[in-house]
Amino acid sequence: MKVVSLQLLVLAVVLGAWALLTNPSIPAFYFDDPNKAAFFFGEPAKVFLCIVRWFASGEIYGHLWVTLVETLLAFVLGTAGGVAIGLWLGLAPLASAIFDPYIKALNAMPRVILAPIFMVWFGLGIASKVALGFTLVFFIVFFNVYQGVREVSPTVLANARMLGAGRRQLLQHVFMPSALSWVFASLHNSVGLAFVGAVVGEYLGSAEGIGYLIHQAEGVFDINTVFAGIILLTVFALLLDLTVGLLERRLMAWQPRGAGADSL
Amino acid sequence: MNVPSLALERITCRFASADDPAQPYTAVLDASLTVQAGEFVAVVGPTGCGKSTLLNVAAGLLAPSSGTVRVFGEPLNGINRRAGYMFQAEALMPWRTALANVCAGLQFRGVEETEARRRGTEWLERVGLGGFGSRYPHQLSGGMRKRVALAQMLILNPEILLMDEPFSALDVQTRQLMENELLALWSADRKSVVFITHDLEEAIALSDRVVVLSAGPGTRPIGDYPIDLPRPRDVSEIRLESRFVELHSRIWHAMKQEVVKAYLRQLSPGRATAE
Repeated sequence: MKVVSLQLLVLAVVLGAWALLTNPSIPAFYFDDPNKAAFFFGEPAKVFLCIVRWFASGEIYGHLWVTLVETLLAFVLGTAGGVAIGLWLGLAPLASAIFDPYIKALNAMPRVILAPIFMVWFGLGIASKVALGFTLVFFIVFFNVYQGVREVSPTVLANARMLGAGRRQLLQHVFMPSALSWVFASLHNSVGLAFVGAVVGEYLGSAEGIGYLIHQAEGVFDINTVFAGIILLTVFALLLDLTVGLLERRLMAWQPRGAGADSL
Repeated sequence: MNVPSLALERITCRFASADDPAQPYTAVLDASLTVQAGEFVAVVGPTGCGKSTLLNVAAGLLAPSSGTVRVFGEPLNGINRRAGYMFQAEALMPWRTALANVCAGLQFRGVEETEARRRGTEWLERVGLGGFGSRYPHQLSGGMRKRVALAQMLILNPEILLMDEPFSALDVQTRQLMENELLALWSADRKSVVFITHDLEEAIALSDRVVVLSAGPGTRPIGDYPIDLPRPRDVSEIRLESRFVELHSRIWHAMKQEVVKAYLRQLSPGRATAE
C-alpha cells in the first residue's frame, strides 16, 4: 500500500513538473518566448483533453482497432513461428549447425529497416505492419525456445526415456514444458516489440492506425496529439503485458515463486 | 533354466576426449558383470571410476564401444524396457505434480487415465506420500522427491532395478530410512537390483553381493564378495554386527588401493576425469 502511494506520488510529481514548466503564463527561463516550452513539450491538460475528445467523438476506435489487430497478429504469428522453428532447430543438431550463421546474421540486422521493403511487398495495409512486427517478435521467441530446448536437464530426459517415452512424448512432455518457461520470459519483451512493428510500419506509410495519427499530428507540429498517441499506446502495451502475465501465472504454476526477479 | 536377469559381457566404453580428440578416454575396459534373478548386487568403486557409465550401458541409455548386454538372455538393443532406473540427480519433471510424475510411465505406455491415477495414488501411499499428490517437486523435501522417484520407477513393475547412488544427496538419517524402505519394498517381490554407490557400508548393508570396481580409466570389476548377512535387515543396526565389520574390513582392504589410485589421479594435472 505504501509502495502504491509512493508510485502515485512519482506520477504526480512528473505530471506536475511537466504542467508547470510548459505553462505559457509562467515567464520563460530557458526559451526566449514563454510559448515555446508548450510548443516543444506539449501540455498535460491538453494531452488529456485530446484523449478524451478521441474517445468522446469515437474517431479513435477505428485507428485503435487497426493498430491492435496488427500488433496481436504480429505477436501471435511471431510467437507461433518462433516456437515452431525453435523446437525444430533445438532438436535437430545438423540443421541448427547449418542455419546458425544465417540466423545470427538475421538477428544482428537492424530489422526495422525492412519496413520499406515490406511496404513494397505487402502494400500499405495491415500485412506490411504485421510482417515487420513478426520479424521483431520471431527472433526473441525463437532464441528463447532454442535455448530452452537445449537446456533440458539430461537427467530428466534420460528418466523420461527410461519410463518409456517415445520421440513424440518426449517433445510433448519434456521439451515443450521445459521451453515454456523461456517462452514466457521472452513474451514480456516481445509484446512491446509487436507494438513497435505496428507503429513504425504505420508511421512510414499508412492511412489509419495510431502511428498514422501520430505522424499526421507531427506534420502540423501538434505535439499534444503526439503525446496523446504515445500515452494511449503505452496503456495498451501494458494491458497486453498484463494479459501475458496472467496467462503465465496459470500455465507456470509449477515454478517456484518468491524470487521476486520479475517484479522489475 | 538359470538365465541371469542382466549380463554385461566384456563391455568397453570409450569417449572422445575434450582436450585431445586423437586420444580417446577409456572409461570402462573389458568389464563383465552378471546379476541373477532376485539378486541385490551393490557395485562400489572410487569416485570418477565410471560406475554410472556401466549402469547407463545396462539401461540402454549408452551403447558400449564393444561388448554385449544381455537382458534375460536377449541381447539389448536400445532402451532396456525391462529395467527401471533411479538417478542420482533430480530426475522428476518439475512441471508435473508428484502424482503426475508417478503416473508418467503409465501415461507413456498408454494406460487409461483414471486407472493410471488410481495406481499412482496407491503407489504414493505405499511410499508414505499419501496426501502429497498435488504438490510440485519444488514443494517437496529432498527425501520426499526420492520417494516420488522410487514410486515412479516401481509403478511400472520393472524386473530389474538400476540405481545410481540414489540416496547420496540425502542426510544420514533420511538416507537410512530410505534404505530400509527400499529393502522392505524389494523383499516383497525380490527383483534384480544393481545398486551403485561409493559408500561401502551402504553397499554391504543392502546387498547380497558387493562388486568392487578398479579406479579409472579402464574401470572393471576386481573383486566379488558375497554378503551372507541374514535378512530382513535394519541398515542402521546391522552396521554394528561383528560379521558386518569383518566383511567391511575385508572389502575395504581390497578397495583401499583403488581409492588411493583414483585420488592421486585426480591430483595429477592434465588428465580427464569421467562422470
